[in-house]
Amino acid sequence: MSELSFADHLALWVGAALTFMIFSFLYKDNPFYKFAEHLFVGVSAAYWMVVGFWTTLIPNGIGKVFPEMVSIFLPNLSDTTPNYYFLIPIILGIMMLTRLFGSIGWISRWPMAIIIGFSAGTNLTRYLQSDFIHQVHSSSVPLVVLENGSFAWMATFSNVVLVFGVIAALLYFFFSLEHKGIIGGASKFGIWILMITFGAAFGYTVMARISLLLGRFEFLQKWLQSFLV
Amino acid sequence: MFFLTLLLLLLLGSVGLAFFIRPLRKFFPLLLTLFTGLLLVVALFIPAQPFPKLEEEFSMWFDVIAVFSFILGGGNLLRVHLMKIQQKKRDWQYSIVTVTGFVIVLVIGLFKVGSKNWSDPYLAQGTAFKWMYDAVFVPLQATIFSLLAFFVASAAFRAFRAKTREATILLVAAFIILIGRTPVGVWLTSWLPNPLQFFHIPNLSTWILSVPNMAGQRAIMIGIALGIISTSLKMILGIERSWLGGDES
Repeated sequence: MSELSFADHLALWVGAALTFMIFSFLYKDNPFYKFAEHLFVGVSAAYWMVVGFWTTLIPNGIGKVFPEMVSIFLPNLSDTTPNYYFLIPIILGIMMLTRLFGSIGWISRWPMAIIIGFSAGTNLTRYLQSDFIHQVHSSSVPLVVLENGSFAWMATFSNVVLVFGVIAALLYFFFSLEHKGIIGGASKFGIWILMITFGAAFGYTVMARISLLLGRFEFLQKWLQSFLV
Repeated sequence: MFFLTLLLLLLLGSVGLAFFIRPLRKFFPLLLTLFTGLLLVVALFIPAQPFPKLEEEFSMWFDVIAVFSFILGGGNLLRVHLMKIQQKKRDWQYSIVTVTGFVIVLVIGLFKVGSKNWSDPYLAQGTAFKWMYDAVFVPLQATIFSLLAFFVASAAFRAFRAKTREATILLVAAFIILIGRTPVGVWLTSWLPNPLQFFHIPNLSTWILSVPNMAGQRAIMIGIALGIISTSLKMILGIERSWLGGDES
């Protein structure tokens, strides 16, 4: 560990201290946790602003209109022809900031309108294609599966569960018919299918969080080794 | 150039007009949403130029405007916390931490402190921003999310006491998925004979994921898609207008 520089050592100590501060919440809410929590809010807001500035605003905003001006940051843009149409999103972006000033805050509705219109227009077609038509198409599978001319009972069973599972789970959310008789039975099966889905999602979430926790313990081990070994 | 000038005139002219005629402050944005939304829907059905090009450019415009919303978020954060400090509200001392962290990271990130050239990437090795990312941002983010492991475990203990059939199904599915991905799952049912291999926990876990879980996910995705399609239509047509906010102050 002796090859670590001073900056690396400092990073390890700061990281370890912040990790302990956050973990201290497991005991109860305390000033150390509040300090780390508030620091996270400020740091992450600034981090995403910096990322947005260097990855989008400079290359795709200012760099499109004034490539010469930003060539010091992005030398490959110096030969690019200016595209003055990008003045419009920059002006709209500046209009967005008027929301910070109460009396002229209504001007921010113009860029919001573009964002809402863009999101609604793209989501309408995208979800119609990928999440509606595609999912219905993928669920239309044969209910009897034959493999090499013989009946494949396992594949048949899986397909039957899949097709009726989708229909039953959708029926659970269909309130135009009273959930009695066959519809009631189907919606009951639907809720079982949904419970299995939620159980799987829960299992995966627990696994992901535990792997993050293990990652933090590995970091703390590295920190301990930096001064104990 | 003519088209650009026209667009700029329309944009700034509409704002100028709305300064004097108050109802236009809502009418013009609604018109703009209708135009943008319809343009992108029409672009799907007409794959000839200029529609694909327009869709591409709009996507970049969207990204640029979205960056300004980050700036707006940062500005709002500063305003809220500075007011809290000024008025000495409860826990105002922690707001100093937020503001200090925000300003320091913003300055070192925007000015690429520690970088040898302006053309270096903002997260280049050796920069102060990269150090801050490794030493502060990553540990804080990872630890906060890892805390959820404890809360999920305690919430599960309280919520999943198998009182009903549905809760039992959820609990059993989660348990099989969890141990199906660990060596314990393999070891527990490794003695099962070949005809019963379906019940071997890793196989059962894979089947649950690819069949009943898939069925449930598809039903949820179809439901969400229908919801998004109807909400998008309501927004484009101006039926849903809560995003406009209340009357202008």
